[in-house]
Amino acid sequence: MYGGGYIYEDSGRSRQQEEQLQDDPVKLAAFEARIARGEKIEPGDWMPVEYRRQLIRLIEQHAHSEIIGALPEGTWITRAPGFKRKLALIAKVQDEIGHGQLLYNAAETLGKSREAMINDLLSGKSKYSNVFNYPAETWADVTVIGFLIDAAAIVNQVANAKGSYGPYCRALERICYEESFHLKQGHDAFIELATGTAAQKAMLQDALNRWWQPIMHFFGPPDKVSSHSEKLMQWKVKMASNDDMRNQFLEAYVPKIWELGLTLPDTLLKKNQETGKWEYSDPDWDLFFEVIKGNGPCNKERLNVRKWAEEHGSWIRKALMREEERERTALPVA
Amino acid sequence: MNESLDPRVNRLRLNNSDGSFSVEEGENWNVFEVFHQEKRGAHHEHVGCVHAPDANLALIFAKEQFGRRKKCVNLWVVRSADILAFDLEDEDMFANNPDKTYRDASGFKVMDKINKFKAQSK
Repeated sequence: MYGGGYIYEDSGRSRQQEEQLQDDPVKLAAFEARIARGEKIEPGDWMPVEYRRQLIRLIEQHAHSEIIGALPEGTWITRAPGFKRKLALIAKVQDEIGHGQLLYNAAETLGKSREAMINDLLSGKSKYSNVFNYPAETWADVTVIGFLIDAAAIVNQVANAKGSYGPYCRALERICYEESFHLKQGHDAFIELATGTAAQKAMLQDALNRWWQPIMHFFGPPDKVSSHSEKLMQWKVKMASNDDMRNQFLEAYVPKIWELGLTLPDTLLKKNQETGKWEYSDPDWDLFFEVIKGNGPCNKERLNVRKWAEEHGSWIRKALMREEERERTALPVA
Repeated sequence: MNESLDPRVNRLRLNNSDGSFSVEEGENWNVFEVFHQEKRGAHHEHVGCVHAPDANLALIFAKEQFGRRKKCVNLWVVRSADILAFDLEDEDMFANNPDKTYRDASGFKVMDKINKFKAQSK
């Protein structure tokens, strides 16, 4: 998992635009020409202030999403049905934490320290993918997350892997490889419930009904209301629009849900054969922003668990480090 | 008392944290670059980095992060701070490498000369 298409942006765009004006126009033109030629940008390269800021925001939130995203699934490790499912879930949750590490490293190459990112998460300044503010109530929820949330994340991550920033692309390459296992094991567990007993089917249908709206929220608000992203598209920071990614997801996965005899809680959901695009009822975007602000069912628990882990791990992190070996700034090179 | 679905979370005394905890700068240790060897005889290749308090623990974290699936026979770690690299802006110093045909087998057309010689000696 778990890079959602939607990246939270706090207000204050006017300040950025002032910074933007300070970029050397000659360097900016050369930078944009490199991206247009398909070249990758590396940590030591000149880059516009706004490019750096947006990438830190994007990669950092992606990293937080991986770490927080492991929490609803981790809940079910002790109660996974059977040894094979338990092994797969442990492996998947470990992968997600590993993805968080890879992404933090990629963000660090842009100059923001690991500690600053963790502190911004704990204080609520940095966000993470909104879907993880919902609880995984039953085992069927875990199969819906493993199959459909991972599938949605893959749509986004495969797109982002073709972006312009080298360290982020390299991290995503490894992540996408591991995600293919996540998707497959999720699909497998999903099919087992869908083709199982009446009780299993009912449990899965219930989970699907509850998760459908968060899944539709996953790629972010529709393009018509989404803030301007032409510059980010030109700089290959954002690789596809929210609606395009949502459509790509629906095209690939709705048939896989319907073929198992399951239904989705949206009577308007259908593919328009003329345009080739999927049509659906607009999910509740007010609710989406309400949850981002911290008022979802699990926001407080997720952050409290992270805070607990950081607080209780602090003494051993300090005990393990010899002060004379501590570097003033510890940042990865690539 | 928490009201989580997770029994492990309910066992934590979460509400005791005062909500203002923050990590100190440098608390996440130093950074080490990781090099992965896929099979004996192959080069070690750079695959990423880990945070660790020392090289020994960096190796253990590297095994978890980069050696948990697929082939791996060995890993190296080295402090990121110890890596010396050229500035990316200086990459033009390599720009005329492809022009140095005198350093390359393709720069020497022996068959042309042999064929010319054979044609002349007939």
